[in-house]
Amino acid sequence: MAETKYETHEYDVIVIGAGGAGLRAAIEASARGVKTALVCKSLLGKAHTVMAEGGIAAALGNVYPEDNWQVHFRDTLRGGKMLNNWRMAQLHAQEAPARVLELEEWGALFDRTQDGRILQRDFGGHRYARLAHVGDRTGLEMIRTLQQHAVHKGIDVFMECTIIRLLLDGGRIAGAFGYWRESGRFVTFKAKAVVLATGGIGKIWKFTSNSWEYTGDGVTMALDAGADLIDMECYQFHPTGMVWPPSVRGILVTEGVRGDGGTLKNSFGERFMFKYIPEFFRAETAETEEEADRWYTDKKNNRRTPDLLPRDEVARAINSEVKMVRGSPHGGVFLDIASRRDADYIKRRLPSMYHQFKELADVDITKEPMEVGPTAHYMNGGVRVDADTAATAVPGLFAAGEIAGGLHGANRLGGNSLSDLVVFGRRAGLYAAEYAQNLKGTLTVDAGWVEALAQEALEPFQRTGGENPYAIHRDLQETMQSLVGIIRTEGELKKALEELATLKERARRVRVDGNRQYNPSWHLTLDLHSLLTVSEVVTLAALERKESRGGHTRDDYPKPDPEWGRVNIAVRRRHGDITLTPDPLPEMPDELKKLLEER
Amino acid sequence: MPTAIMRVFRGDAKGGGFQEYRVPAEEGMVVLDVIHEIQATQAPDLAVRWNCKAGKCGSCSAEVNGKPRLMCMTRMNIFPEGEPITVAPMRTFPLIRDLVTDVSFNFEMAKRVPAFRPRPRDPDGTYRMQQEDIDRPQEFHKCIECFLCQNVCHVIRDHEDNKRHFAGPRLFVRYAALEMHPLDTNDRRELLKEKMGLGFCNITKCCTEVCPEHIKITDNAIIPLKERVVDEYYDPVLWLVRKLTGRK
Ligand SMILES: Cc1cc2nc3c(=O)[nH]c(=O)nc-3n(C[C@H](O)[C@H](O)[C@H](O)COP(=O)(O)OP(=O)(O)OC[C@H]3O[C@@H](n4cnc5c(N)ncnc54)[C@H](O)[C@@H]3O)c2cc1C
Ligand code: SF4
Ligand code: SF4
Ligand code: FES
Repeated sequence: MAETKYETHEYDVIVIGAGGAGLRAAIEASARGVKTALVCKSLLGKAHTVMAEGGIAAALGNVYPEDNWQVHFRDTLRGGKMLNNWRMAQLHAQEAPARVLELEEWGALFDRTQDGRILQRDFGGHRYARLAHVGDRTGLEMIRTLQQHAVHKGIDVFMECTIIRLLLDGGRIAGAFGYWRESGRFVTFKAKAVVLATGGIGKIWKFTSNSWEYTGDGVTMALDAGADLIDMECYQFHPTGMVWPPSVRGILVTEGVRGDGGTLKNSFGERFMFKYIPEFFRAETAETEEEADRWYTDKKNNRRTPDLLPRDEVARAINSEVKMVRGSPHGGVFLDIASRRDADYIKRRLPSMYHQFKELADVDITKEPMEVGPTAHYMNGGVRVDADTAATAVPGLFAAGEIAGGLHGANRLGGNSLSDLVVFGRRAGLYAAEYAQNLKGTLTVDAGWVEALAQEALEPFQRTGGENPYAIHRDLQETMQSLVGIIRTEGELKKALEELATLKERARRVRVDGNRQYNPSWHLTLDLHSLLTVSEVVTLAALERKESRGGHTRDDYPKPDPEWGRVNIAVRRRHGDITLTPDPLPEMPDELKKLLEER
Repeated sequence: MPTAIMRVFRGDAKGGGFQEYRVPAEEGMVVLDVIHEIQATQAPDLAVRWNCKAGKCGSCSAEVNGKPRLMCMTRMNIFPEGEPITVAPMRTFPLIRDLVTDVSFNFEMAKRVPAFRPRPRDPDGTYRMQQEDIDRPQEFHKCIECFLCQNVCHVIRDHEDNKRHFAGPRLFVRYAALEMHPLDTNDRRELLKEKMGLGFCNITKCCTEVCPEHIKITDNAIIPLKERVVDEYYDPVLWLVRKLTGRK
């Protein structure tokens, strides 16, 4: 391998991203005996996974013995409006229970049932109480367990190290290039295989539950390297984010509130979700408040409350209530658990929600309702992968976790992300290791290319233009929020594309002050490329899909269209340009089709 | 709109000082919002860590008016209007830049914790545990690794040398979680006594006071660990009995 003048490390497999998916991938790769490194933008243990609240979905059948992988599979596809990759959904439903038990074996302590097994809670779109959880801090338990396990396995961790490009050799993965945030120095990784586990893109919107990390770096790097993206138009807006005060707008309120008995109300005190039950879910949803309330304790004889319809349905319903001026004072609706459960129960089941509202909004959720509204939350689509191996279209490049598309189709069910991370994180680590072990020949990292990347990254320090990266990011978020939000129209999407073009221009004129040492304005400047790329991809894909399905709602095409239901929109970069093609969904075997027909 | 007067530490290992910024304060703002506002409009290179903005990740620790706090959970309205608010980095860790410190000490100490080693599964393939037996270790698992307790503990705050042989309250919480885990079979007592400096702790409870997760670090983790180490160090039978029955 040719040498570059930058700090260089050589590994068989590098995993980019240290959330649940990346950690699980690194653990697996390392267990297979290949030299593995884990790289992440923040400190270890601070990835998004730490914020997950409600739980991890797995058909353990501890609370409802009737539950099994077939039911979980069916719920996942129905929630995803049938746009899912059936094979991923099958593997996910089959393997999730083993992955949860494995977490327990590695030290995780989930809340217990009376008979000492793992307790499971109700969540939207899941027929049975299925989410293993720890109060409302399940993600913390999961990331800490995986983090400690990885540390004990001696995996090398590069924290606060941001990757900006994947390196290729003849179309194959050869490594990655990035910088240390602390010093601003560059670093080259030579690697036979790379697992991308960088999570989502939520920072392109103004009201979001996501942190500064979610700028879509991984998605952009995969696209730039030649991988396909799918279902990028189907972004998930979580129905319940905080809306007041302004500084906390977007922070998540877990679906566990509704799972544990909370209900949505408009300004007239009406439980409005009963008015928004779609045909597709009518047969399985309660029609009266009485039936809905009985369902919490007797699922055999009652149907599920519409408060727990899949997230896309609830987010749209809240949106309409607000539009029709039936919302709460600050532009949301009410979420009431105070009048429905006693204070002790609420504090025990939802301690961090209690704390969050008390500290940040002066609201005591055991006494008064919360004000909530939709917030950008989760990328349903992402990098297209092979279901079994998590391999992308680029040899040597694998992807798992929120960054990967397919499993969730047009809309993810709550709790299906944490299980996704461990099921497919493990598979990505396994097959990346196998690929690295079988790779023949040598890989070369082009030193000239690396040098050009370094110079490009440093350019903003030399510019004379006066653009401020924070201002560009803020304007991007305004554009995406107002023109590419929950409800879309052709006119607005086209307008968004024009505004994005202007923002791209402005991004070229950003000037960074100060030096390279821990300089957030430089970091954000480098992130602008991915922020703008993923914004464009989402907008283009949204323009292309002329129907409404899951996380994608078009005001000008308000209904689902069976023709569009047969295709994923695949996005690729070819010779610099972004292209979109409708690709047929993989054909589902008959025995799985039958599962979907059962009630 | 009222104006907040912020005195923010700017500088690096070579030196630095407080710089004053004036920021319009919106309703409901927390200190981290104000820091972000300064970043976006006045000091683009102001270095600060954060992730969740909801007290869940433990990234945004700092000393606000001299008190160790999470900036994202510190409302501006708790401070008297019109008076300057100082924001400084955690003092116990080496400064990298502005509000960002080098917390690698904590990660190094974590590597030295002997791993969780579970007993075999029950015959039916499950691990049965009663909720009341895991309430205590679950309390410890709430730790978000903000390292505010480490920052405030005088054993390392005032004596840099001690870092070599003192794990600190965060890690004691971790040891306690493992020791009280109903499934664990590993023995960490000698290490705690000999290498992790449990004896240095003189139960001042400063760590407990700053913990944003309200973990009773001293009473529930450190004191029981001290008891175990002292009583059981020469009494392996008692240790084994406690381990196997999960009694505290
Ligand atoms: C508030 C909240 C609550 C949630 N609750 C639930 C829930 O109850 N149940 C559920 O199933 N799901 C939940 N989710 C969704 C779920 O938590 C996330 O989808 C999931 O954690 C993503 O995990 P991941 O491993 O894919 O990525 P993450 O955990 O986000 O990790 C991404 C990693 O990539 C790194 N990274 C990114 N870019 C780069 C780069 N350029 N260079 C180097 N490293 C990089 C980051 O540093 C980070 O380590 C919730 C999400 C949020 C925000
Ligand atoms: S109680 Fe012990 S560990 Fe906690 S601050 Fe005091 S000396 Fe340090
Ligand atoms: S024990 Fe408390 S103060 Fe210490 S690191 Fe954990 S959460 Fe922070
Ligand atoms: S930003 Fe996560 S705790 Fe403050």
